[in-house]
Amino acid sequence: MSTCPILGPFLSEGPGPALFLAILWPLAGALLVGLASRLPNLRDTLSFLTALSLFAFVVTIILPAGRGSGDVSHDILEVLPGLTLRLRLEPLGLLFALVASGLWIITSLYAVGYMRGHGEKHQTRFAICFALAIAGALGVAFAGNVFTLFVFYEAITISTYPLVTHAGTEQARRSGRLYLGILMGTSVAFLLLALAWTWHLAGTTEFTPGGILAGKASPAVLTALLALYAFGTGKAALMPFHRWLPAAMVAPTPVSALLHAVAVVKAGVFTVVKVIVYIFGLDLMHEIGGDQWLAWVAAFTMLSAACVALSKDNLKARLAYSTISQLAYIVFGAALATDHAVLGSALHIAMHAFGKITLFFCAGAILVATHKSKVSELAGLGRRMPFTFGAFTLGAFSIIGLPPLGGSWSKWYLALGTMDVGDAGDAGGSGRPLMLGVLLLSSLLAVGYLMPVIVTAFFGQAEEDKQHSGHGSHGNQSEGGLREAPLLCVLPPVVSALGCLALFYYADELVTILKGALLP
Amino acid sequence: MSLFAQLASLTVQAGNGAHHSDAQHAAQHAAQHAAQQAVNWSEHLPALQIALPLLAAPLCVLLRRARLAWGLAMLVSAGALAISLTLLGRVLALGEGGAISYHLGGWQPPWGIEYRIDALNAFVLVIVTGISTVVMAATPRSLESELPRERHYLYYAAYLLCMTGLAGITITGDAFNIFVFLEISSLSAYALISMGRTRRAVTSAYQYLVMGTIGGTFLLLGIGLLYMVTGTLNIADLSERLALVGANRTVLVALACIVAGVSIKLALFPLHVWLPNAYTYAPAVVTAFLAATATKVAYYVLVRFVFSVFGTPLAFDELHLDALLLPLAILAMFGASLVAIYQADVKRMLAWSSVAQIGYMVLGLALANESGLTGGLVHLFNHALMKSGLFLVMACFALRLGSTRLEDLAGVGHRMPLTFGAFVLGGLSLIGVPMTAGFVSKWYLVRGALEAGMWPLAAAILLSSLLAVAYIWRVVEVAWFREPATGDLRRAPLSILVPAWILLLGTLYFGLHTSFTVGTASAAARLLLGGTP
Repeated sequence: MSTCPILGPFLSEGPGPALFLAILWPLAGALLVGLASRLPNLRDTLSFLTALSLFAFVVTIILPAGRGSGDVSHDILEVLPGLTLRLRLEPLGLLFALVASGLWIITSLYAVGYMRGHGEKHQTRFAICFALAIAGALGVAFAGNVFTLFVFYEAITISTYPLVTHAGTEQARRSGRLYLGILMGTSVAFLLLALAWTWHLAGTTEFTPGGILAGKASPAVLTALLALYAFGTGKAALMPFHRWLPAAMVAPTPVSALLHAVAVVKAGVFTVVKVIVYIFGLDLMHEIGGDQWLAWVAAFTMLSAACVALSKDNLKARLAYSTISQLAYIVFGAALATDHAVLGSALHIAMHAFGKITLFFCAGAILVATHKSKVSELAGLGRRMPFTFGAFTLGAFSIIGLPPLGGSWSKWYLALGTMDVGDAGDAGGSGRPLMLGVLLLSSLLAVGYLMPVIVTAFFGQAEEDKQHSGHGSHGNQSEGGLREAPLLCVLPPVVSALGCLALFYYADELVTILKGALLP
Repeated sequence: MSLFAQLASLTVQAGNGAHHSDAQHAAQHAAQHAAQQAVNWSEHLPALQIALPLLAAPLCVLLRRARLAWGLAMLVSAGALAISLTLLGRVLALGEGGAISYHLGGWQPPWGIEYRIDALNAFVLVIVTGISTVVMAATPRSLESELPRERHYLYYAAYLLCMTGLAGITITGDAFNIFVFLEISSLSAYALISMGRTRRAVTSAYQYLVMGTIGGTFLLLGIGLLYMVTGTLNIADLSERLALVGANRTVLVALACIVAGVSIKLALFPLHVWLPNAYTYAPAVVTAFLAATATKVAYYVLVRFVFSVFGTPLAFDELHLDALLLPLAILAMFGASLVAIYQADVKRMLAWSSVAQIGYMVLGLALANESGLTGGLVHLFNHALMKSGLFLVMACFALRLGSTRLEDLAGVGHRMPLTFGAFVLGGLSLIGVPMTAGFVSKWYLVRGALEAGMWPLAAAILLSSLLAVAYIWRVVEVAWFREPATGDLRRAPLSILVPAWILLLGTLYFGLHTSFTVGTASAAARLLLGGTP
């Protein structure tokens, strides 16, 4: 580290300031991108390099620091007496930061291919807002207290608003209104209240292993507080505050990737997990019965969103409801509040990110190559876009939870979590086999809404006529029937699909990181 | 040398307000005083704070030339800001509960008029003079399109008088003096408002005049009743004697009269009807100035009377002021915000938003605990910054577009990005997004509500900020997404844009560095709740 002359001063006082630097990094990138707005090639190169260097930074400097034993933290600013913008590294945040910064690389590649292939306007604004959202996501990942988390959470909301409404059409505006209305509405009305209340009860909002709220208030008050956190985190898309996510699919596909995989919803569920683990503490969750009602709320979201997904013909809408369902897994695991369940839900943040980003990339690639967005129109496309649909298949299997793909691990731990919930000092334990059943049923539903896409694409009968004129945007026509999207649209989903595969074999690495905090 | 020293001690005796330098003392240390004579001016800063703008106002009339009058007004305004900053520095240096007492003309209180500066009014003085200076910088360019140049000197004279009045209300420690200065500021404010571009400005000013006069009369009645009960007008003296009198019917009526009177000037919810018209039709800079100062000073008066004169035990425990103010504040927060959402004119929308924001401040007062009152006072500062910044943005729009109607702002985000950026920043602060000043005030208000055990109130504060999201975002959507009208649009003049950005960047700065605002406000709150000043 000391070899780097620029970073030297930052890192001289331990790795704490590196956390702050990691947040400033995309901001600097955004600045450069803005300056290069007249040179598209330079601008996109800068955008990609920022993403690449950020990931390198996280892996080479922050990851070793996270593996070490010491406390890695950095105070940015004391905004109000006792209310400090503080960054602190802990395993969950490290995982989220790795996922967000890692997926940003392929997303930025993909964005170049997609935005150019689709002839979108305002690409500079797009790249800048994207970088700002990543900075926000890293801020959420490294937040040392609820206040800091809230600040960056809102920063994500605001910086992604121009992305969601990118098209500028009436529909985009309406979606933007819903997006901002729900996310900001829930966060200001519930999350901020929860934050102030936590401060009022505990005198602090620091994320502390074991929680800070035990014994600070009556179970009824704590239950209300938990509900404020769970529903106030609109980004976690717990029903009934999920409508913004399907609405936001009007945005360009890279934005969907950002929303569904890289930053936004992941910031939401990450917030819920982190609050449950470090503010409430697992024991308190059992004491106040949060492991029952919150888990059931999540289970309801899981199943009903999956049922809605079954009925959607628009591919992106189907994927959006699938995301809502899968996010509920994460809230579900956190709510169960056993070691295995929390481990599973933290893993699922990463696993679902890789799986869902693959699916969205593929949906975008299909759109760029063929201008098709409905599942029923995909018949036969699998044979003509084998790479895209190959990647789609891997991603879908990972979402369903089939081995040998990453998604199977998180579901495995979640299932374990429903089984051993009785051991964790819980009184009832009555509904838990039922919860396991819910998990399995939900996986079946995932098969139900994802398999038809694959089956239609590969085995459906295409109407082979007028489609050869295309839109001039297909790059790869070397083989007769092969008609893939531009390389930059196809490569990223292939990479992320291989990532799903790799995560199956290297899940152990992640588990080791997480276990440090969750299973002491 | 000795002659000089004699002279020095004479001047000191010669009847000025430096009360802690009595004659003997001066004679003993004559030489020292001679050396300090030049510095002596600094002991008269409280008087200068008022005298400077008061004297400069007629000078503006004599100068006649718009540019000269502006130069003088700007200079005096900046000087007043320097004085108030100095005073604030001194008060804070005195430590917790410290106050500067200045006796006008050397007359001892409670007979003479006392200017008494503690953390609270020093803070308000800084706001009044600071906003006045920044708005003054933006004035000439904005006023050109609204008022014939040959009448500008009258505007500057009225402006300085208004500032004198507002600063006077703030600085004085004498209840009757408050009324006098209130009239000075009100009369000049009517004049300022009536200078608006359309004839509707005149009716708005008239409406304000009628309401304002009723308010002033109520205040005077209240002060008269207090005088009847206690035989004194000095605020410090009043509070001591009133505590002995306790709660009888006269005191209750006095409180009612004062609260009603000040509430009119403050535009507290059912008494706010003058405000939207006055703010909408007044010249843009007048709105920017008055929105940030006039209602704020009225809030100060309310705080001063409730906490310093009546005191918490009397006002809240016996006379239950909170039972009246709390519902009104909540009604203001929700009602006015809802009305704001449906306004077709953005300037009018911001005026309604002011009514709502006044609700937050009064809520802080009605909570009557340290966090709540700190929140109210911090919001006084923060809201002054953001609202006058936003109204300056409106001045830019009015100048370039000739209108502030929502439909005319279509596409303005692309055509005037810097101005629009300022609007978004101010809007975010109005909503109370973290890292902006608005968040800080709401945080303290929510804490105050929780400390008072009223969590539904905390929820109400936050829910009502959602309404702010609605009315701000409505403008953002139109300005950003709606197709712009044809025709080229020039950037707003820097002389308005820069002051607007200074104020709005101020909201960002005070959202991050809160030691000044929160430190001063919480010191003031402790002082007010701690009992007599």
